[in-house]
Amino acid sequence: MDKHIIKSANEAAEKIIEWGESHKIETCFERAERLKPCPIGASGACCKVCHMGPCRFVGRNAEEEARGVCGATLPTVAARNMVRMIAAGTAAHSDHARDMAFTLLAVANGEAKDFKITDVRKLYRVAGILDIEFEGRAVNDVARDVALRFLEDFGRQKGEIYYLRRAPKKTQERWKKWGIAPRGIDREIAEAMHRTSVGVDHEPDHLLTHGLRTALADGWGGCMIATDITDILFGTPRPVKAEASFGIFKEDEVNLVVHGHEPSLAEIIVDVTSEPEMIAYAQSKGANGINLGGMCCTANEVLMRHGIPTAGGFTNQELGIMTGLVDAITVDVQCIMPAITELSKKFHTKVITTSEKAKIPGAMHIEYGEHRAREIAREIVKIAIDNFPNRKTEGSHITDKFPVIAGFSHEYIEYMQGGRWRASFRPLNDAIMAGRIRGVVGLAGCDNPRVPSTGIHRFLATELIKNDVLIVSTGCGSAACGTAGYLTPEMALENAGPGLREVCEAIGIPPILHLGACVDNSRILTIASAMAEEGGLSDEIGGMPAVGIAPEWMSEKAIAIGCYFAASGVPVIFGGESPIGASSEVTRIMTEVWWERFKGPMHFEPDPEKMLALALDYIDRARAALKLKKYEPGKFGAERVLLDMAARREIEKASAKPHIGIY
Amino acid sequence: MSKYIASAAIRASHRIVAETDEMLNRAITEKGKDFSFEFPDTAYFLPMVYAMTGFAVKNLGDMKVALGFAKELLHEEPAESLYKPYLGEALDSGMATLFAEEIIMSLRYIYGLEPYKDPDTGLVYNGFITDTIQRNLGIQLVDGTMPGFAAVIGAAPDEDTAVNIIRELQEKNILIFLSGQSNGDSVTRQLQRKGIELGWDTRIVPLGPDTEHTIYALDWSIRAALIFGNVKPGDYKKQLKYTKDRVFAFAMVLGELDDIKWSTGAGAINMGYPAICDTMQPVIHPTGVCTYEEVDRELDHSKMVQKAIEVRGLKITVEKPPIPVVYGPAFEGERIRKEDTFVEFGGQRSPAFEWVRMKEFDEVEDGRITIVGTDIAERFKNGGVMPLGIVVDVAGRKMQKDFESVIERKLHHNINEAQGVWHMGQRDIVWMRISKAAYNEGFNLEHIGIIHNTMTHNRFKSIVDKVKVTLYVDEKDVLAMQQEARNTYRERDLRLGSMTDESVDTFYSCLLCQSFAPSHVCVITPERLGLCGAYNWLDGKAAYEIDPTGGNQPVAKVGLIDARYGRYSGVDEYLKKASGGAVETLNLYTIMENPMTSCGCFECILAIIPEANGVMIVNRGHTGMTPIGMKFSTLAGTVGGGAQTPGFMGIGRNFITSKKFLFGDGGIKRVVWMTKNLKEGLKEAFEQRAADEGVADLLDKIADEAICEDSEKLVEYLTQVGHPALEMEPMI
Repeated sequence: MDKHIIKSANEAAEKIIEWGESHKIETCFERAERLKPCPIGASGACCKVCHMGPCRFVGRNAEEEARGVCGATLPTVAARNMVRMIAAGTAAHSDHARDMAFTLLAVANGEAKDFKITDVRKLYRVAGILDIEFEGRAVNDVARDVALRFLEDFGRQKGEIYYLRRAPKKTQERWKKWGIAPRGIDREIAEAMHRTSVGVDHEPDHLLTHGLRTALADGWGGCMIATDITDILFGTPRPVKAEASFGIFKEDEVNLVVHGHEPSLAEIIVDVTSEPEMIAYAQSKGANGINLGGMCCTANEVLMRHGIPTAGGFTNQELGIMTGLVDAITVDVQCIMPAITELSKKFHTKVITTSEKAKIPGAMHIEYGEHRAREIAREIVKIAIDNFPNRKTEGSHITDKFPVIAGFSHEYIEYMQGGRWRASFRPLNDAIMAGRIRGVVGLAGCDNPRVPSTGIHRFLATELIKNDVLIVSTGCGSAACGTAGYLTPEMALENAGPGLREVCEAIGIPPILHLGACVDNSRILTIASAMAEEGGLSDEIGGMPAVGIAPEWMSEKAIAIGCYFAASGVPVIFGGESPIGASSEVTRIMTEVWWERFKGPMHFEPDPEKMLALALDYIDRARAALKLKKYEPGKFGAERVLLDMAARREIEKASAKPHIGIY
Repeated sequence: MSKYIASAAIRASHRIVAETDEMLNRAITEKGKDFSFEFPDTAYFLPMVYAMTGFAVKNLGDMKVALGFAKELLHEEPAESLYKPYLGEALDSGMATLFAEEIIMSLRYIYGLEPYKDPDTGLVYNGFITDTIQRNLGIQLVDGTMPGFAAVIGAAPDEDTAVNIIRELQEKNILIFLSGQSNGDSVTRQLQRKGIELGWDTRIVPLGPDTEHTIYALDWSIRAALIFGNVKPGDYKKQLKYTKDRVFAFAMVLGELDDIKWSTGAGAINMGYPAICDTMQPVIHPTGVCTYEEVDRELDHSKMVQKAIEVRGLKITVEKPPIPVVYGPAFEGERIRKEDTFVEFGGQRSPAFEWVRMKEFDEVEDGRITIVGTDIAERFKNGGVMPLGIVVDVAGRKMQKDFESVIERKLHHNINEAQGVWHMGQRDIVWMRISKAAYNEGFNLEHIGIIHNTMTHNRFKSIVDKVKVTLYVDEKDVLAMQQEARNTYRERDLRLGSMTDESVDTFYSCLLCQSFAPSHVCVITPERLGLCGAYNWLDGKAAYEIDPTGGNQPVAKVGLIDARYGRYSGVDEYLKKASGGAVETLNLYTIMENPMTSCGCFECILAIIPEANGVMIVNRGHTGMTPIGMKFSTLAGTVGGGAQTPGFMGIGRNFITSKKFLFGDGGIKRVVWMTKNLKEGLKEAFEQRAADEGVADLLDKIADEAICEDSEKLVEYLTQVGHPALEMEPMI
């Protein structure tokens, strides 16, 4: 084994990997090295939707000549594979959202006593968007209506999901024009599976168009619903100070990790770990306290709202256990490596599955239900405490950690630009128009052991901010930046370009804004809509100097997210080899045709330098199309339009509204 | 860096809110929480609290509630490193500071400490700025004569620098508020030591000695949104968008800044007002909260004013004649006392007049200034009293005889705007003084000609191509020319008197106020002048000729729909377009249905009193109660902002004696109550009109504030004197 190959760009992770190797403990990094991806499936050229196959679409001129047993062509198969990934990703976020809606309903009905409506203002705001009367009504009644209305979105057969109305008019018009406004979340997923089953839809463009409709059901449906309900139940995030990386674990305290994607149980665990009885119990077992840490997106949820430290993203999950300090790790759904159960046996760590949907052989299962949340949480915390005395000296015991400032919800980002009275996106739009900020990049998606893990995130993050690009990050993109120490205001002062630095300094923000879990990519959609509404840039999401990048993606959820960005009008760049790369026709549709129709192409580009160049090129082209000041580093400033009296009379002439007199 | 500013702003807000709380508690203990308070002459309570929250503070208990709002806006100071964002928090804190300052000033009023009186100099500061002053300024805010507002806080490094900065602001026509101190000195005191005249007349308004007094300027500016913008109290987003877009105010901070200055400044930034400092202070350049930079610095005092108006996005074009004294509207209000006078003309001390004549194109030698008389230089050098006849001959392809009077009325402003020269009256009742100071600067008779020449060209560039000025200084010449001029005055009056709405085919709009009241449109007819009293039909006509795309546009008097109410489809069509759809239809001659809207700077308010079957008229500046149960300031709130409010209307004073006054409602006989001020001021014309209507003694039958201030007594009085309105058909 070559010790010089860097497996993770995170130095602490690298140390643990090396420690593991020296102790013959296998991780995803070695498995990735050993297990090369199947080249046929990796490029989308494998069809296994029926039992006549699997069929391979390879060879010279495969695009034109290769046929499956049924006669399917490579473009058909690549498109079908793509659509199935979208459907799976959409199903994941949306099923999460469904559970959130049921939790909200249970809370409204008084059936989940351990939860309450924390952010009533957000509830009212959401009710307002959904046309639900809220003035003078009991909070729970409003919450019930909101939950029921959201649940309609899942099972709706005709019409449109509610939140499409939050998009700029022009963006909505594009969706209508191309027939991709989703009807119901479940319907689009079911139809995607139907269309991609053997012998149904065979035209690549037709298939992919439905793929986009399904993806929109994810972004403006599942994801947005999940984000909003989570904010309503547990509070809309505001900036918090926290820590990231493996050093968050404490030698002298019980270390409990919440891992996965759902926030509900984790929220209660946060509460329970500060109960005096629990702390006393921990002390009775020789610990100085209970230390809660997070992993993956459940970590992001509790980091955003409570400042609970995070051990990092997807590829850190095994490494966290390998510190030897984790007494218990609870997991719910999504991105949980089944490897952790086997790995945990080498340490004292207890792995506890908690979702009725997800079990792992070898793990303890304590099923979560919102009706008895606190009870379950106490049980779990006790297990961790009881396991503390079993902690062995075995482990890497890495202590590196970095401070992070997180908690940037849409609402706070609006607030931070003007406070209670002047909150708006005007300053951000102004900064982009003046060339202080060149553009905005959403840095999202997973981290991946097939590249030096988190390395491309780090590269892009530092290069982009140096180029005056403001970054909004989510999910494991946030974790990658957090564990690199990038989520601090000082990062802007030391590493951002001069214009971005000035903006960060004026507001007091890091150059990379942590927006939350991967499901919270929906916040980027509403932010982009608010920017369009504010004016001065594009009047739709398409055409903004903004790009979405998922440099180390691996999950089907990332594909769904990428596609809803594309369909909404954001150019998207994914890292790694293209999963549809075998078909030039499908590649053309996803780049050229989607650009034409939605201003949102989707690229796959393994070379980080090229990803950067492509992103900056999209941003600069959008700036040029919007006739904004050409970006030049260090040269910015609004062009002054000095107003005389005649010019003042013309202000907002168009917006004068009829007046209703008092008599 | 901006964290420094945010920390200071946040810190100060905590302190001032706590101090206010203490002061307020003490006041409540002493006077009880029901102790009522209002600032002098305002309908807007504590204007900042009212505009932002919609909460009307009427007593000490209410102040407690308002201070509660301020407390909710407090935030923790950002950490040394790894800090959380602070901009929004700092702006909140700034607003908390403004709320607290407003309460502090209220308490100071309650304890008789405001307006502040300087024990050393005896200067009484302005204190709270009343609604009346705000409305008086009306037309100046919109016609470019008062394009911006500077809050000058602190003290300049020396007196000369203070004077230079203030003079430059004055020359740019900017209204100046003074407050605060630096190193124990203040601009107010610096100017006083240099003998500079302070007050509204010179546009230098000292508010008070502390930074906290700056709230008076902000209170004044936020009311612009309420008065002219018709923005509802509590609709803070619109209020602050209005101030950012339309109120061109900024702060010039002279000397070192302390926390309270930063915090008050942060409050002002909420309103879109930037601050320019003269010290090495941190800056905040990104835009969006303000139109341009939020905080900037300029260490060179000679560039500071220019920098400030640029940062605020203000365009000021100053037209100035080449004369040895400074010039601008800011010097119009300045007085010259007898002992400071070098030479004077007219004012019954000597014969004098001024006259604008239209001449044929080749009869006028452009730029020519002639002084006719004997021993001119010698006599002028001796000072004292001199006769003076000013004849301004103008010619131009688009010049019309009717414009003579329009140009002539500006002669007053032409002269008065020169510093050290004072002018009063018009035609053959003029009175002018040149001060000793101006004389010492080199001002002589020729400069009077130069001023008229330059300014007539500037003001009337598209109708006047040539201007010639002749000054007569020998008594016999003056008397002879005066006779000729009088003939013209008489001809003009006859023509003006015969001009009726029926005799023209075009009315003129006035949209000047749309920079402040975006949906208001004045329709000016020969028999109805603008509600501000400043623009009549001829002015509108001339203004349109001067600038065909400007604020006065022709309105075709076509499509008569209702002669009694004065409704024309042509007027309606124009109105709908010009008001951005806010007003659909207008009746020129009634108050009862779709009456004319108001911007906010009306001279009088006309309001129906149903039980008296008539109307009352209250003039701006009358602070007493009216029979309708509302003071002028409260009434004004229901009339302004481009709203059509049947039964209520803002009007110009001289409209009262027009034949078209309430023509559709029964005319002048409807007036049942009118302030003494109006009764006396309009006496002659009113009695003439009343006689024409067959009720010569009408004025005596109209009640005023000395007779009654409530409707019950009013009806009693009207019955007793047999007022004709009681017998007229019901108004409603």
